[in-house]
Amino acid sequence: MELALAPETLARWQFGITTVYHFLFVPLTISLAALTAGLQTAWVRTENEKYLRATKFWGKLFLINIAMGVVTGIVQEFQFGMNWSDYSRFVGDIFGAPLAFEALIAFFFESTFIGLWIFGWDKLPKKIHLACIWMVSIGTILSAYFILAANSWMQHPVGYRINEAKGRAELTDFWQVLTQNTALAQAFHTLTASFLTGGAFMVGIAAFHLFRKKDIRVMKTSLRLGLVTVVVAGLLTAVSGDTLGKVMFKQQPMKMAAAEALWDGQDAAPFSIFAYGDVSKGHNSVELSIPGILSFLANDDFQSYVPGINDTNKAEQAKYGPGDYRPIIPVTFWAFRWMIGFGMASFAIGLVGLWLTRKKFLLPQHLRVGEDEVPHLVLFRSKALSPRLSKLYWLVAVWTLGFPLIANSWGWIFTEMGRQPWVVYGVLQTRHAVSPGVSQAEVLTSMIVFTALYAVLAVIEVKLLVKYIKAGPPELTEADLNPPTKIGGDSRDADKPMAFSY
Amino acid sequence: MHLHDVWFVLIAVLWIGYFFLEGFDFGVGVLTRLLARDRLEKRVLINTIGPVWDGNEVWLLTAGGATFAAFPEWYATLFSGFYLPLLVILVCLIVRGVAFEYRAKRPEEKWQRNWETAIFWTSLLPAFLWGVAFGNIVRGVKIDRNFEYVGTVGDLLNPYALLGGLVTLTLFTFHGTVFTALKTVGEIRERARKLALKVGLVTAVLSLVFLVWTQIHGGDGASLIALVVAVAALVAALAANQIGREGWSFALSGVTIVAAVAMLFLTLFPDVMPSSLNAEWSLTVTNASSSPYTLKIMTWCAAIATPIVLLYQSWTYWVFRKRIGTQHIAAEAAH
Repeated sequence: MELALAPETLARWQFGITTVYHFLFVPLTISLAALTAGLQTAWVRTENEKYLRATKFWGKLFLINIAMGVVTGIVQEFQFGMNWSDYSRFVGDIFGAPLAFEALIAFFFESTFIGLWIFGWDKLPKKIHLACIWMVSIGTILSAYFILAANSWMQHPVGYRINEAKGRAELTDFWQVLTQNTALAQAFHTLTASFLTGGAFMVGIAAFHLFRKKDIRVMKTSLRLGLVTVVVAGLLTAVSGDTLGKVMFKQQPMKMAAAEALWDGQDAAPFSIFAYGDVSKGHNSVELSIPGILSFLANDDFQSYVPGINDTNKAEQAKYGPGDYRPIIPVTFWAFRWMIGFGMASFAIGLVGLWLTRKKFLLPQHLRVGEDEVPHLVLFRSKALSPRLSKLYWLVAVWTLGFPLIANSWGWIFTEMGRQPWVVYGVLQTRHAVSPGVSQAEVLTSMIVFTALYAVLAVIEVKLLVKYIKAGPPELTEADLNPPTKIGGDSRDADKPMAFSY
Repeated sequence: MHLHDVWFVLIAVLWIGYFFLEGFDFGVGVLTRLLARDRLEKRVLINTIGPVWDGNEVWLLTAGGATFAAFPEWYATLFSGFYLPLLVILVCLIVRGVAFEYRAKRPEEKWQRNWETAIFWTSLLPAFLWGVAFGNIVRGVKIDRNFEYVGTVGDLLNPYALLGGLVTLTLFTFHGTVFTALKTVGEIRERARKLALKVGLVTAVLSLVFLVWTQIHGGDGASLIALVVAVAALVAALAANQIGREGWSFALSGVTIVAAVAMLFLTLFPDVMPSSLNAEWSLTVTNASSSPYTLKIMTWCAAIATPIVLLYQSWTYWVFRKRIGTQHIAAEAAH
């Protein structure tokens, strides 16, 4: 009981809850901003109305999401000071800079241009309005980069020295913090996973409409865009995940050994599919694994040696002094599997979908459909899937939209919990990072308040999303098709209602 | 001038920017109850700040991030020390942001009314609490030798800080009222001007007492000048409002905010968070700041990025320069 309610435990739970929750919205924001911008670009270039309707539809869902992403992000910035004041004192010299850069360079950008985009439909000429959503998209990506650079420094501190007199870490090379391989690999992996998330979101919702045979023209375009995004981003997520994994094997061998529940180091180490073990004794009692794969993941070599949990723990004890340097093995092990499993499941479903709905030149004449018809799902050359199987695919496709969200959450739980007991790897332990002056009651209060508030907002958000998803793309109005030619709006309609108002 | 002094000034600038900008959107939030007579007018008010409130709020996030980077000790002591009031502010900002975005997304009256209630309270509470927080920072709080806040929440609710809270609340409301007069058209504009006089007089009295108290507590020549500028600008803003010069009135109420916040920072310097227990334990620009290297990088970033931010944020205000009236609000409730 003591331990369960210790301020450190509570602060960690709060950070976990608020961060995982925040990150439900982040990848959707990043990807939907770019995808919406892409659709709006198609509208401006082709003047095909289906693209404008798609822009309005996905833009609305994007806005419902970004609202939550923005407000939950405020907590992220302030809780370092609130719950982790000793961490802030120790690393602020380094860790604060990317956060300040994020606010000054990326966040201003994103927040200002989102306002212009939301309210700008009847205030800005078409191309300038389009530029605004691209600005938002650039802002979201820059924002992600700075935050990931900061997190990468916690995974693998570089470009710093310890100032003994001041009792803190100090920055010596900011460029190295921004461009170290951990930051590059994490950014690559996070951004590709974000697009996998947005792609799957599009696929799921488009499949829902196509299954009900509603708004076919817009939804077919969306499905296509979603599927291509899922497949390309899914592939790149796997590649970047492999790159990040190799970096981690070098920088945090304990995390990767724990990911595999590989207790003792060995040559030609296997990739474990399932394991059940005894953490206190340090071995697995049941295990199902594929030989050699882990060695390949770590070193591109099926025969190479991979160190295990027990060896690494001993090595860290020798380096950092007595203690237990193992994370919670079952959490790390399963989190790693859920991340890969759910992420790759959505990729596979996308790949199948892309083949099933392939375009006409790969299809025989009788299976081709017009622009206002739902595509046949065609597995083999000349025969569409049975209605039952078609229905099954559409259903699975709808469910896919949640898979990357689950994968993302487990990915963060894996990488953060896998680094324990360190908050900054090899430099500062989590138990030394909490606020000494903040009481148990205070942390408990804020944890309960945030959890309850977030739960209520989740219900509201999901209900709102469902409402707008069901409503489908809006019909276009006269004003939509006649955007202003002057900045600030044309004077001819000075007394007309605004195209968008709160 | 040392870099940590430069950063003290820059942090002050960020807070000034935040209070100048979010000040009027907090004020408009309060006006949804104080000024609006029906729900249509509430919508007019909300839409005057619709495109800009989010960008305004980033000034706070930047102030927070910059404090973390430039004065880690200050950031750590402040945010862990003022834990519960800050929690209330965070909850308000979360609900407020969602309220703006979600209010019009359903046509049901109950849904919309709930969010309108939320907008009022989540504008009022932070407007008050920021004043309390700054009152306490300037007054000094119980900080021990390890820079830890050792007081209680009750200690933060002292008369001086509470008065500070009332000053920010009324000042932001006044700022929001003259902003409304500047940004609206029709009957609501006339009523905003009438209300500005009443709110402005209350603000003037409260501000005068608070700023003089501050001056006696720890002021010097420079802070006295700021005090005089703040009070004079407020009186001038009221006069401009009376003769119907709305642009001037808004600019002058802005000057009041700039001068009043500047005065607080001038009183503070070279401390950033004085200890009321022992002057030796106060956080100062020297003992709370980051290393010169970090400050140098940050200075470059700020020097390049800030003018660009100011440029495109000003452009936003120019794009949405037209006044809004009830005729501009579309009849259908949901979008």
